[in-house]
Amino acid sequence: MNGPQDLGGQMGFGPVAPEADEPLFHAAWEKRALGITIACGAMGAWSIDESRFTRESLHPLDYYGSSYYEIWTKAIERLLLRHGFVDRDELSTGQKLRDGARPKRVLKADDVAAALARGTPADRTVSHAPRFVAGDKVRTRLIHPEGHTRLPRYARGRAGRIEAARGAFVFPDTHAHGAGEAPDHLYTVVFSAADIWGEGADPTLEVSVDAWESYLDPA
Amino acid sequence: MPHDPHSHGHAGDHGNHGHSDNELDGMAARVKALETILTDKGLIDPAAVDAIIETYETRVGPRNGARVVAKAWSDPAYADWLKQDATAAIDALGYSGRQGEHMQAVFNTPETHNLVVCTLCSCYPWSVLGLPPVWYKSPPYRSRAVIDPRGVLAEFGVVLAADRKIRVWDSTAELRYLVVPMRPSGTEGWDADALAPLVTRDSMIGAGLVHSPGDDA
Repeated sequence: MNGPQDLGGQMGFGPVAPEADEPLFHAAWEKRALGITIACGAMGAWSIDESRFTRESLHPLDYYGSSYYEIWTKAIERLLLRHGFVDRDELSTGQKLRDGARPKRVLKADDVAAALARGTPADRTVSHAPRFVAGDKVRTRLIHPEGHTRLPRYARGRAGRIEAARGAFVFPDTHAHGAGEAPDHLYTVVFSAADIWGEGADPTLEVSVDAWESYLDPA
Repeated sequence: MPHDPHSHGHAGDHGNHGHSDNELDGMAARVKALETILTDKGLIDPAAVDAIIETYETRVGPRNGARVVAKAWSDPAYADWLKQDATAAIDALGYSGRQGEHMQAVFNTPETHNLVVCTLCSCYPWSVLGLPPVWYKSPPYRSRAVIDPRGVLAEFGVVLAADRKIRVWDSTAELRYLVVPMRPSGTEGWDADALAPLVTRDSMIGAGLVHSPGDDA
């Protein structure tokens, strides 16, 4: 979706302002928000893609007015509501008022190390051959899906070059919406800055994205 | 120091003032309520939440990535492996897992400087760098890294030669990128243990350079 998350090339946000000796967390609640988000994800009710879509579906004013852990917290509340684990009156009162949906699993402390070490690999084996090979010229599709996509606006409708074929990966555009993993070939596609930004682009700059095959047409 | 008011938790940000643990502001109350409900419903185990936090506070952080880089600098065969199959080469040092399942290592050269960003969210190689800093997740960096990387780098004090190529990697899929900075001069003959402390987090994102020992620049 053309949401607030799609930031590449936007202007007006000011300097980066890295913080010297930045602490890992800026408040104690951020630690809990991190842990709760990962623990809830481990229930297996939603995917990373659905999580990302939920975060980017926050109203733009809310998204831009929130720190990243605030975005995570607001999104985890929505995910829990959508999947029937909690109800609004529970969130507003801060109390369990009734039983809700039951998860496939609950992450226990003893299993945390193994779960984090395992992660959630997204590569898959597919039977169809890749359409492109390194060196091929391609053009990204000019699309504006209302659902989740990982093709940023700045990289749509652009001429680029396949730099590497990465194998097949779960397709976020379907997976985020419960429409299956639909794994497809993934490529690193590189663009000259001039082909993205046009006049005045940095002549020394190239930008790459990792793009699924269905984002690409031969050029 | 200039601060974008939205780059930190504006409601919950007390980290710079040293009293972050005793504030029960809006976000603290909201997260506490959420944890209480989830715990009472048996959906999360608070001890598991503790274990997750402890992992990223004590075990998974940029020292992991620094050891990867230092080994690549001091062991050409390892550097080749890292170039060909970063996931396996990094796993061999014991660093694997969440947000590092599919790794790519990109090597800075005298011709090309690499910079990593996630314009769409906050994708970052947790297994080697730990949790991302606030600036990496915030709109100023995510918006400008792909259009004005030299301007961004200048804000980190990094000025590249005008003819140095810049390659920006936007992490739009599940591949996670680790920049292998150039080994600084003055470290000839150093082994990996001696090299690793020189390698900064920012240099492995591409937002910094590794300086020669004794050089404070």
